Amino acid sequence: MMDFIGLLAFGDTGWGDEMLKGALMTVLVSVSAMTIGLIVSVFGTMSKMSSNKLVRGIGNTYTTIVRGIPELLVIYLLYFGLNNAVMGIAKSVFGYNQYIELPVFFVAAIAVGLISGAYSTEVIRGAFLAVPKGQIEAAKSVGMSRFLIFHRVLVPQVLRYALPGLGNVWQLTLKDTALIMVTGLVEIMRQAHIGAGSTHEPFVFYTTAAFLYLILTTVSSQALNGAESWANKGVRRA
Amino acid sequence: MTKALEIKNLKKSFGDLEVIKDVSLTANQGDVICIIGSSGSGKSTLLRCINLLETPNSGEVWVNNELIKMRKDKNGQPQPSDHLQVDRIRTKLAMVFQSFNLWSHMTVLQNVIEAPVHVQKIDKSRATEAGLELLAKVGITEKADQYPSNLSGGQQQRVAIARALAVNPDILLFDEPTSSLDPELVGEVLKVMRSLAEEGRTMIVVTHEMGFAREVASKVVFLHQGCIEEQGTSNQIFNSPKSERLKQFLASNLKG
Repeated sequence: MMDFIGLLAFGDTGWGDEMLKGALMTVLVSVSAMTIGLIVSVFGTMSKMSSNKLVRGIGNTYTTIVRGIPELLVIYLLYFGLNNAVMGIAKSVFGYNQYIELPVFFVAAIAVGLISGAYSTEVIRGAFLAVPKGQIEAAKSVGMSRFLIFHRVLVPQVLRYALPGLGNVWQLTLKDTALIMVTGLVEIMRQAHIGAGSTHEPFVFYTTAAFLYLILTTVSSQALNGAESWANKGVRRA
Repeated sequence: MTKALEIKNLKKSFGDLEVIKDVSLTANQGDVICIIGSSGSGKSTLLRCINLLETPNSGEVWVNNELIKMRKDKNGQPQPSDHLQVDRIRTKLAMVFQSFNLWSHMTVLQNVIEAPVHVQKIDKSRATEAGLELLAKVGITEKADQYPSNLSGGQQQRVAIARALAVNPDILLFDEPTSSLDPELVGEVLKVMRSLAEEGRTMIVVTHEMGFAREVASKVVFLHQGCIEEQGTSNQIFNSPKSERLKQFLASNLKG
């Protein structure tokens, strides 16, 4: 037991502050990835619900590929792919021949964001389809324009229908960030790995990591419950 | 008499199914036209073509002597050519639906003032005042701050009527407004509709309520398989029907 406390002490002797920094990094990557994912999902939804076949095809390809291959692979592909793409552009456009390495945080946030966005797209599309058609007809029948229908009738209800699903996506996103340890970004998982390696106490570090994840998911699901009950005003509970 | 609505040679198909086959109909100001007919006769489709919730395949719709402009898209399908015109005309043609279709995330009062405030740009306090008056008219003031899910079907439909009235329409379209109500709630909705008819409002009502059609309609239209089989005053239609089909229809719908 003393061992446990000693290992996780703050300051020079223990790993406590390092683990907390890792947790902070996990939160930062998760929030960035979720934000990127939400922005992507708005376009993803628009594209998948478009009447244009080509646009619809792009949206479908995105969600099919990203949801269809393992997340770790998506991260690897983007990690190497983005670097190569940037170097390729630098070479052909600017004639720059040196090795370029993109900031790891940037790559990690984009990679997890694209994964998160693919799932959010499905959640938001489902939420759009859940708004009763009759309510849209009622809006048309009193002369509301497409824009008004969108932001007065659709969006508030889409938010309500989407929140539970998006809460789910948030938890997945938070946990997916564990996979980006492979890029070398020091978040909870990477830090635990380092700690475990240098002290030969893997159980202590991985237990600590588990607790940190649990704290993050529990706190955020409480916040989401609050948001859900706010968005659900007017809905009768069974 | 001033023409409020004129439909000329309207046709509508869904795929190969021809639902409306060449229907023409005129409503003067203050007319209460009841459209009756069995299920699948095209009553609702006809009504929905008037405010373009369905796009007619051909024919013309004139509202207050203004033609709703149509054009053909690249697949040869007719489309409204001016969305602003359609939105403007729709406020003149407010509709009451079978399934109420209240916006469930808004309170009763918010439902009623939504279009006046956001479409017609009426000052919110004035719209609220007018909205409360309308709610009083349909007898539902005490529920103004409730959400629709807390209301009975009859109450929801009365709110929907208030919402339709709020845009100050020239014509009210009713699409089977009592068909999804429990029998004991039908009366309260019909009472409101009766009082609107007495005010001289122009109303087009698709209904299965023969009693209402008989007492309130200035003109009754009997639709059969997408055509007007017979039309006339309620006295003519109910007391001396000419066509066999109308006689059969009435025989099976006037029991009790």
